[in-house]
Amino acid sequence: MSKAYLVLDDGAIFEGESWACTGETFGEAVFSTGMTGYQETLTDPSYHKQVVVMTAPHIGNTGMNSSDKESKKIWVSGFVVRNPSPRVSNWRSENSLEDSLIDAGVVGIQGVDTRAITRHLRDRGSMRVGIFSGSEHSREEMVVKVRQAPLMSGAFLAADVSTQEKYIVPVPPGVTKLFTVAAIDLGIKSATPRHMSDRGIETHVFPVTATKEEILAIAPDGVFLSNGPGDPATMVEIVELVREFLLDGMPIFGICFGHQILGRALGFETYKLPFGHRGINQPVKNLRDGTVEITAHNHGFAVAAPIDSNFTTVFGAGYVSHICLNDGVVEGLELLERPAFSVQYHPESAAGPHDASYLFDHFADMMAKDKAARHAQR
Amino acid sequence: MPKDNSIKSVLVIGSGPIVIGQACEFDYSGTQACRVLREEGVRVILINSNPATIMTDPEFADATYIEPITSEIIEKIIAKERPDAVLATLGGQTALNAAMALNELGIFEKYGTKLIGADIPAIKRGEDRDIFKKIVEKVGGESARSVICHTLEDCYGAVETLNYPVVVRPSFTMGGLGSGIAFNREELDLIAGAGLRHSPTSEVLLEESILGWKEYELEVMRDHKDNVVIVCSIENVDPMGVHTGDSITVAPALTLTDVEYQKLRDLSIDIIREVGVATGGCNIQFAVNPTDGRIIVIEMNPRVSRSSALASKATGFPIAKIATKLAIGYSLDEIQNDITQSTPASFEPTLDYIVVKVPRFAFEKFPEADPRLTTTMKSVGEAMAIGRSFPEALQKALRSVEKKGTSFSWGSPLLTRSELEAAVCIPTEFRLQQVQQLMTLGASVEEVHSLTKIDPWFLSQIELINSMANEIRNSSDLSSELLSRAKRYGFSDIQIGELRQVSEEEVRGVRHRLGIIPVYKTVDTCAAEFEAHTPYHYSAYDLENEVNARTKPAVIILGSGPNRIGQGVEFDYSCVHAAFALKAAGYETIMINCNPETVSTDYDTSDRLYFEPLTLEDVLEVIHAETLAGPVLGVIAQLGGQTPLGLARGLKDAGVTILGTSPDAIDLAEDRGQFGSVLDAAHLIAPKYGMAHSYEEALTIAHEISYPVLVRPSFVLGGRGMEIVYDDESLKGFIERATQITPNHPVLIDRFLDDAIEIDVDALYDGEELFLAGVMEHIEEAGIHSGDSACVLPSASLNAEMLNNIREATLKIASGVGVRGLINIQFAITRTNPGETGTLFVLEANPRASRTVPFVSKATGNPLAKAAALISMGQNINELRQSGVLPKVGDGVAHGISVKEAVLPWNRFRRVDGTGVDSVLGPEMRSTGEVMGIADTFGEAYAKSQSAAFGALPKSGNVFLSLSERDKEGSVEPARELVELGFTLYTTSGTHDYLLKAGVASTLVRKNSDETSTGLSAVDIIANGTVQLVINTPLGRGTRHDGWLIRTASVQRSIPIITTIAGFKAAVAGISEITKNAFSIKSVQEWSA
Repeated sequence: MSKAYLVLDDGAIFEGESWACTGETFGEAVFSTGMTGYQETLTDPSYHKQVVVMTAPHIGNTGMNSSDKESKKIWVSGFVVRNPSPRVSNWRSENSLEDSLIDAGVVGIQGVDTRAITRHLRDRGSMRVGIFSGSEHSREEMVVKVRQAPLMSGAFLAADVSTQEKYIVPVPPGVTKLFTVAAIDLGIKSATPRHMSDRGIETHVFPVTATKEEILAIAPDGVFLSNGPGDPATMVEIVELVREFLLDGMPIFGICFGHQILGRALGFETYKLPFGHRGINQPVKNLRDGTVEITAHNHGFAVAAPIDSNFTTVFGAGYVSHICLNDGVVEGLELLERPAFSVQYHPESAAGPHDASYLFDHFADMMAKDKAARHAQR
Repeated sequence: MPKDNSIKSVLVIGSGPIVIGQACEFDYSGTQACRVLREEGVRVILINSNPATIMTDPEFADATYIEPITSEIIEKIIAKERPDAVLATLGGQTALNAAMALNELGIFEKYGTKLIGADIPAIKRGEDRDIFKKIVEKVGGESARSVICHTLEDCYGAVETLNYPVVVRPSFTMGGLGSGIAFNREELDLIAGAGLRHSPTSEVLLEESILGWKEYELEVMRDHKDNVVIVCSIENVDPMGVHTGDSITVAPALTLTDVEYQKLRDLSIDIIREVGVATGGCNIQFAVNPTDGRIIVIEMNPRVSRSSALASKATGFPIAKIATKLAIGYSLDEIQNDITQSTPASFEPTLDYIVVKVPRFAFEKFPEADPRLTTTMKSVGEAMAIGRSFPEALQKALRSVEKKGTSFSWGSPLLTRSELEAAVCIPTEFRLQQVQQLMTLGASVEEVHSLTKIDPWFLSQIELINSMANEIRNSSDLSSELLSRAKRYGFSDIQIGELRQVSEEEVRGVRHRLGIIPVYKTVDTCAAEFEAHTPYHYSAYDLENEVNARTKPAVIILGSGPNRIGQGVEFDYSCVHAAFALKAAGYETIMINCNPETVSTDYDTSDRLYFEPLTLEDVLEVIHAETLAGPVLGVIAQLGGQTPLGLARGLKDAGVTILGTSPDAIDLAEDRGQFGSVLDAAHLIAPKYGMAHSYEEALTIAHEISYPVLVRPSFVLGGRGMEIVYDDESLKGFIERATQITPNHPVLIDRFLDDAIEIDVDALYDGEELFLAGVMEHIEEAGIHSGDSACVLPSASLNAEMLNNIREATLKIASGVGVRGLINIQFAITRTNPGETGTLFVLEANPRASRTVPFVSKATGNPLAKAAALISMGQNINELRQSGVLPKVGDGVAHGISVKEAVLPWNRFRRVDGTGVDSVLGPEMRSTGEVMGIADTFGEAYAKSQSAAFGALPKSGNVFLSLSERDKEGSVEPARELVELGFTLYTTSGTHDYLLKAGVASTLVRKNSDETSTGLSAVDIIANGTVQLVINTPLGRGTRHDGWLIRTASVQRSIPIITTIAGFKAAVAGISEITKNAFSIKSVQEWSA
């Protein structure tokens, strides 16, 4: 096995062995603490341009299958594991992890002290990283190359991950269609429309470039803002679009990146967390009823909103509906006078616990009420 | 809602004696409960009959009742103490059953107290199979499918849907009679046909077989706000068919995708909600079909369990502690995570390491027992290890088990490939080792999977270990790269040495020269996402070391490893006390242990915890790492039993300071020759003995000493391999077996003192002064292992002169050996006439904490282990007297009369043919635990101990006696007393006639071997419930068939059985007492007041 190096922005270098593709890759170094769900992580568009360090020590045990994909491809720009599995063992597996990574051209590294890297990132924050294998660079050259890679702050990545053409996810046979939703694809995961369609929501997935007219053309009952990669501060046009929908009183539901966009549309700032939340064990407190949900997270940015009391916006009053119990970060927003809410975490899970799937019901209820009100007005 | 302030006092119910399936994990959970409650300002009242536990120490509760866990006693305690609430979910099935019984009797209502932690209907829903099955169905889960059939035709129809193999269970038959697994039509005809005949209702249940499916367990917690978290997932390496307690298990689950894992998680949450476990922990077991992922819910335990202890240690999430807080009103989000100190307990731990648990068995002590592993748990302990990969954790766990043949080895296998192929199909203690050997012989993952159903992923990891072994063996030299890779696969220096044919020391030398040493990682519940504040470490051959520097001088305490017969919770007790005492004295305490069930491996018992195997290599590496972190004063090796004692010499040779008694002194006591000189110098006598290295030598010695002789291998604990031998032939048989047990140690041959009184002494010695902590008199005569014998403190029959002789002898031995700390000495006293002082023989001396330290500490109120730890650090007994650790003057004095009784695991074992194993006591220890009875009279104390250990002695009814010739004389008086107390005696012919001559009438029953007469046999009257107590003393040797039938029948019917005359006399004293008075209760605190 040939040597490989994981090189961080701050000059730290971890030596391991080449794995998956040989070559060079760059991105933002992040760690994920989920013990299951590497396939979902790899195929989640939110990980675009990120090099993911898995803290679970054995990765690849259950191989890869076609039904657990969260999008059409693997998005991570690099993958860091301690012990890749020499063998796949699962009745649903169709391919090995390493073969899938090679097919996707992903450069990986194995045998590194993933815990040491995680502690490094935790203490010093997320930073740029490169993986080098099969190359002859000196240590200094590698660090220089890493520092030339683009930063995540200020990155506009939605165009890379968004669908080119609009497509429809119909409700499954046996489920009555109740609503039509326009989902703006900023890096949507396939689990999201699946959760909606199970609840009778026909989801029209629009490219990030969609105009208000194009969206209104399908006469949606609500607008959904998906998760996705990049810095929410770069999403100026979508933020404007969301403000227009807010003024119209359109029901809106945002997840993750979509939550940050709703936050910005309401006038809040977003900021970069030191090392982000990634994993499937994050305790979130629902401030409406005081219960705790165990949730899946994948966010490097967050919304700065007041937690202690209701806030006012140009769209009326609202409040922070959820917070992360680990660090108090805002995890959910809801308006009181207009039908709009969002969560920073992933109720669609995949990977992760299903504790928060009630939020899709909440969206459906919100649309039902809105529909009834409009009906009454007419 | 924060704490429920209406709860000002809580009665905690403990789990009683250590038995198979319910071990010291409940001392761990109960101790946590007591600590939490006291921290919360709640008055704690505790009942537990087990004196060896840490929780029953006076400092853990406000009122500690070491009393039998019976409704009668608990009601008395409730009536006296009036607790606001009762907590029964942390004391295993024993406590839960006690709570259920109290509820049936209406005790909670009567005294206005309430059960917290779980309510009765929830317990019933969780434990009743039918109700639970309905709940599983309701939440959308599946139980194993089954069909009730009344004819063979029905069966054929059922198999259409259930498929072969199918489990056949006849209805209403005893003990699983007639059940079996049918793999085809022929077998179905046979088994179901017989089953239909056996069943009084001509009914059999056909159930789909889930043998060989993947097995999982999830630990779940719920609070009163309905927040639910999964603390840990555990996957069994041994698939369905082997009890989880007997399986090698791994955490987290390793062969499930997220989709599949979330299904188990969803089901667990739905089940805990539907069952209605209001607050606290429970575990839920699942089987998953490896071919299509179908999930079957097997069962749940609505309480903290053995797996909870494992999950707590595996994740750093203290389930028992949190369960207690939830029980008194907190919710999960109101409780802080101790480890991060910044995040709440309402989260799910994530692991960046692998945990492997390996059970430890004791089949060698039950040679008759069926060695197959089944759904009945048979293991007596377990070891856990943590590593950064499965191979590393597995190999560490295997060596932690500390048993020959457990670590993987690569010499030529003892069995051929075809023999191994046959062997691995049946789960046994060493199946995984057989699998590994089979794979070295070329068997593929697929082949082994088809034979064992062990998941291919685990097998492929064993394949990796094997190929690493090949590399180690075949590479030209031990390069740095090769060594570090070998270490990452968990290879020990011993294993590498074996593969390279060099010594362990040589490998270590090379390794250290190359700078390949382990780093220590931290168990932090969160995979390093947050900073950890608890130094709970494990070794890894990785990059970054997380051991913090310190300035306080440290003392390293070596624990006792996995529980085994002869080395159990008693030693953990001593280690934990040392940690507490030394912490209080200002030292930094560092614990090394690998037993997940214990209090010592709780992350807040010591200042630092290393969860590591107790081998020389692993211990030396920890010492090295800690020496780099700050000053290390030395290692305490005398408290954890034989395991650390066995390491002392090697540690000293490696330059480590052994605190307290020196390794030279240990050797002096262990070596019979040297010890003989100590005795000679002190003018003490030992039974004649010799040491033999061969059969010929043994024969000469035995003839010199004359039979019967006691033979045993040297350097063992718990009488392992010890036998009383009566002739040349059995001596030969013993030598052949014994030399296999410990190849490098000779065999000891002692004169066996028939009918002697055996005495156990625990004492402290500081080099000048002796503190005689307790003199215990065994109830059973010499020849029964001290661990299996009941004993009484203070001694009953010794006069002042003899007690003085014992003190003098103890002092001479302690000073002659050079003890600094604890010493335990066993003496035997022979008397030619009753009433005389007798002759004192020294049987053996152990310069370490003994099994009886906790018992003596509780009977006398003196913290011996704490005192020993402080003596090790240089304090003397006078200083301890001044500081109040020991009494101002004099020796240990017992408060009241305390009886210790051993608990034996006979009912756990069956012979291959399904019949019971013999329950007769002998020189080899076989008890798993102990209980204590304290009272003002011997009779009451003994009766309490029996009630706690085996169930109450009868107050009236029928007693069966069948005695060996030499015991008949001694039985006359107690038999007469029984008749006077109103009992009817049943006897076999010899006993009948003897008693009749002595004027004691009894009803004659037939010996089972007597085929000539009809009428009720001995076994009949036991099996049909006629008798309430059985006295059967075995013959010295020869055929024991009748006795065996009697004893196994009693064990099966759970009728108290006594196998010695001394025990019989004690039981009669007890019965006489309880027929007059009901049990009194008194807390330990009151006894010492």
